Amino acid sequence: MTPVLRISHAHKEYPGGVKALDDVSLTIGPGELVGIVGPSGSGKSTLLNLMGTLDRPSSGTVEIDGRDVTTLSDKALSKLRGRTIGFVFQQFHLTDGISALDNVATGLLHAGVARKWRHARALEALTKVGLAHRQNHRPHQLSGGEKQRVAIARALVNDPKLVLADEPTGALDTANGQAVLDLLKGLNRAGTTIAIITHDREIAATLPRCVVMRDGRVHA
Amino acid sequence: MKALDLLDLGLLGLRTRPMRAALSALGISIGIATMIVVVGIPASSQQQLMNELQALGTNLLRAEVAPGTSGELPPVPENSPEMAKRIGPVRLASAIANAQSTVTRTDRVTDSSGLSVLVAKPDLLEVLNGKVHSGTFLNDANSSFPTVVLGDKAATRLGITEPGPQVWIGKTWFTVVGILDRLPLAPDVERSVLVGWGAAKTHLNFSGHPTVVYVKAEEQAIDDVRGVLPATVFPESPGEIRVSRPSDALAAKRLTENTFSALFLGLAGVALLVGGVGVANTMVISVLERKREIGLRRALGATRGEIRGQFVTESVALCLLGGLSGAALGVLGTAGYAAWRGWPTVIPMTAVFTGIGAALLVGVLAGAYPAVRASRLAPTEALAAP
Repeated sequence: MTPVLRISHAHKEYPGGVKALDDVSLTIGPGELVGIVGPSGSGKSTLLNLMGTLDRPSSGTVEIDGRDVTTLSDKALSKLRGRTIGFVFQQFHLTDGISALDNVATGLLHAGVARKWRHARALEALTKVGLAHRQNHRPHQLSGGEKQRVAIARALVNDPKLVLADEPTGALDTANGQAVLDLLKGLNRAGTTIAIITHDREIAATLPRCVVMRDGRVHA
Repeated sequence: MKALDLLDLGLLGLRTRPMRAALSALGISIGIATMIVVVGIPASSQQQLMNELQALGTNLLRAEVAPGTSGELPPVPENSPEMAKRIGPVRLASAIANAQSTVTRTDRVTDSSGLSVLVAKPDLLEVLNGKVHSGTFLNDANSSFPTVVLGDKAATRLGITEPGPQVWIGKTWFTVVGILDRLPLAPDVERSVLVGWGAAKTHLNFSGHPTVVYVKAEEQAIDDVRGVLPATVFPESPGEIRVSRPSDALAAKRLTENTFSALFLGLAGVALLVGGVGVANTMVISVLERKREIGLRRALGATRGEIRGQFVTESVALCLLGGLSGAALGVLGTAGYAAWRGWPTVIPMTAVFTGIGAALLVGVLAGAYPAVRASRLAPTEALAAP
């Protein structure tokens, strides 16, 4: 089976000589739930950027769904990103002033889904995260946990091959964090491939697979 | 991305920050409104003038001896109006003459009050399309007696509002028998007092020679009449006769009264420019503030072009908002001023469309730089923004 993501011998060096990634290889298969754990400065954010095609490696290859993306143009990369990868951020990144439903629909707008389908599919995604009843609320009317669930719905709405969650519980209290984590686990059981980036070893320990990062290298 | 989606995206910034949008659109709005008012008010005034001229008639010609030459020349013949009437298309003709005398309210002062004494024939008023405000005009019966008719400005200057009083002209008391209405086509007559031909000869040593001949001709033949008029009224020396069309002079005077347009149009341009800079400024700040939104959109699959499109659309929408409200403001302003002055309202549609077009252009120009900056942001950098 084609892996959803395959990173081979990726190096990333920033101008000034900072080595963020040193010969990292990582493969994620369909249906996996992977935790990528490491202290800050370990290179996990850089790895996330490569996995999400937000950045390119200095050397090495990144394959998404069997396709090498390191040589794609910015435009082609944008389109691939919109269609195959869903992002969940620590700070939610919801747009103020528009409803939860419209926030979720934004995930379809840039992926090129026709206008008439967007609201129905956004509502479907909101239902999956249990927030259908909050569809007309604006971000400032939602709790932190609810905001993150809206953000998860936005990541899911286009049925991505891979969902990347960057510290999804980092801005939440324990109860809400647990709820979000349970939601992600539930979505994984329903078939979504998910990678959770976290510095929290406790969270990572509850996940089926755990990749430990330290000093730009993958351990274990 | 479809045009409708782009529009949605572009309006997002306006919807979520309406106060800021309104303020930055205001600059554009003022520029466009000024532009329309500056073009609209003179156009309305012009229309009013056209209407006035229509009512006054544009078929009047005025022939006079060119100033400064009359001294060495033989006087214009007394029967020159009658000669002018023999020109085919001429329907009416009349003459006035300067009596070379002074008029005062009493015989105790010597100050001439700056009013001239003109000698007129009874048919003058008809030629000038004039009306008597009160009393009567000169006629065959009163022309030989010391009677006088006052132009409206002369009456004001003398402090006379009704016929009846006497004024001192030369060495004789003349009784005021009438006061004229305004005479836009003959401002010199407005500032004069008129006495009859006979009375002037009897009491003022008037020689009987006209200084100005007025002719009313058929409109379409007016240029032909103009050509032959000097030789007709003054065969001895036609070259010394200057023929003018009072309606032209009136039009020229009004035009100069309202020719502030070039300067004010420049001011409107400056206002528009300042408004454009304001919008560009707003857009630059908007891009800085919305880095994370830009990063998110890039993560969700937006291309650079889409980001660029979003911000240019926002800028254009801002300017268009200003342009449309400015156009409405300008139209209202013009209509209000015209109503206040009692003019017909003329809204030059070219100015309205040019204004809105200019707003559109300013929107594109003001949005271009911030939009390109937004699109060049690396997704990772944008997402990491505080």
